[in-house]
Amino acid sequence: MKPSPFEYHAPRSLDEALGVLAEEAGAKVLAGGQSLIPLLNMRLAAPAHLVDINRVAELDTIEVSERGVLVGALARHTVVERAADAARVQPLLREAIRHVAHPVIRNRGTVVGSLAHADPAAELPAVLAVLGGEVEAASARGRRTIAAGEFFLGPLESALDPDELAIAAFFPAAPPRTGTAFLETARRHGDYALAGVAALVTLDEDLRVSGARAGYLGVGAVPLVIDLAEPAAAAQAGRPPGTLDWSAAAAFARERVDPESDIHADASYRRHLVGVLTERAMGAATAAAFEGVR
Amino acid sequence: MTHEVALTVNGVHRTARVPARRLLSDFLRHDLGLTGTHVGCEHGVCGCCTVLMDGEPVRSCLMFAVTAAGHDIVTVEGLAAPDGTMSPVQRAFQECHGLQCGFCTPGFLCTVTALLKDNPRPTDDEVLEGISGNLCRCTGYQNILKSVHRAADLLDEEA
Ligand SMILES: Cc1cc2nc3c(=O)[nH]c(=O)nc-3n(C[C@H](O)[C@H](O)[C@H](O)COP(=O)(O)OP(=O)(O)OC[C@H]3O[C@@H](n4cnc5c(N)ncnc54)[C@H](O)[C@@H]3O)c2cc1C
Ligand code: FES
Ligand code: FES
Repeated sequence: MKPSPFEYHAPRSLDEALGVLAEEAGAKVLAGGQSLIPLLNMRLAAPAHLVDINRVAELDTIEVSERGVLVGALARHTVVERAADAARVQPLLREAIRHVAHPVIRNRGTVVGSLAHADPAAELPAVLAVLGGEVEAASARGRRTIAAGEFFLGPLESALDPDELAIAAFFPAAPPRTGTAFLETARRHGDYALAGVAALVTLDEDLRVSGARAGYLGVGAVPLVIDLAEPAAAAQAGRPPGTLDWSAAAAFARERVDPESDIHADASYRRHLVGVLTERAMGAATAAAFEGVR
Repeated sequence: MTHEVALTVNGVHRTARVPARRLLSDFLRHDLGLTGTHVGCEHGVCGCCTVLMDGEPVRSCLMFAVTAAGHDIVTVEGLAAPDGTMSPVQRAFQECHGLQCGFCTPGFLCTVTALLKDNPRPTDDEVLEGISGNLCRCTGYQNILKSVHRAADLLDEEA
């Protein structure tokens, strides 16, 4: 099918884009179009105005510092995936992007667009959530920073106001002695996942686990973050460093998710996947943390 | 409300007046008459409509022609040499039976052309990852895999 008619705006600057969003009620932002255009083609959405930000060069940025990675609204998945310095500061970003769709889709789709789209089965919202990252929003009224915990309100619903543009997203750096892992199960390679997990394990100076957290996708209306400090204590009780048993974490996570059934998988299978993926991801993140201190 | 869209397609400067909602795939096929680009699903899943934009493979069904204005597009019609000699990737697909009905082929050819530019000697896994976004209902993919490796050889020989 074809999109219904709309009025097209192609601003060249951020101010111009915010001006159109302020003036035209019901205007939608068009970034990579890899989620929006399918919705328009299927006529699930029919906005009266589209604000195409692809010519706003000032949004095409990636800033890497020791604090973390600031991804501008026009940075495509592929460009962020290839940025070696971003992967060094926060490896979860690259690990997760490799599971987003297919390479050809990643050439156009943007990281910030994926957050704004707020699909509960998408990878990057779970990464932003588990890292406690932020989205920077701008409108003609001013700017504000929205914490990940407040950004995702429901399926395909973010905290952005209709006249707001997400100009960047901040993914905090991994603390020292931290290992990460990203795992998911999908029906076919590149599909949206049935369930997935972004895991972080931090060691203290004595190589004891001092922090363990996981962010989940596909198991709720919004990304879910579970603090696994409690099962981490059980995981290392009486064991030498590096030989942790994360099976208790699997049970712990299973009890805390409330997935739904759909045509792809029923709730009990998703819950099962959460357990399996948690145990594997925590193991892999622990191994990566030890690898880093060696 | 229509827009004047000017872009380069297969090395030729082209223009047409179209409504903003015209997909690049329809722009190529209907407005420019380049029907080599196929349309299967119009939601980004099948990969038939893949073209090269500034050298990178993209879905032409997930882009408006107005967004592509000013860019450089290469479609399957632009892969062969000006005298009609098929490109190494096209010859490899022919030699290895990398197609049957040919509906998916324009998308595969564009995707693989870019893949081999990026990675001239891909492993089996890298080829599978590279073409994972293109569906083929006929071949079972094995001959497409062979075609990609054969194309790598041909490109190497002719370099
Ligand atoms: C076949 C296929 C498979 C896919 N598989 C996956 C997958 O496995 N995992 C996954 O995560 N994604 C997947 N995607 C979606 C892809 O990752 C999208 O690129 C991404 O979700 C949205 O980014 P975009 O830049 O294309 O946004 P667009 O499609 O342009 O926009 C999406 C939505 O976000 C809004 N928006 C975009 N940018 C901004 C902004 N800066 N400020 C305010 N609002 C904004 C738009 O108005 C729109 O509502 C898939 C897509 C396809 C076609
Ligand atoms: S027609 Fe574009 S991906 Fe199927
Ligand atoms: S050759 Fe028929 S779909 Fe691929």
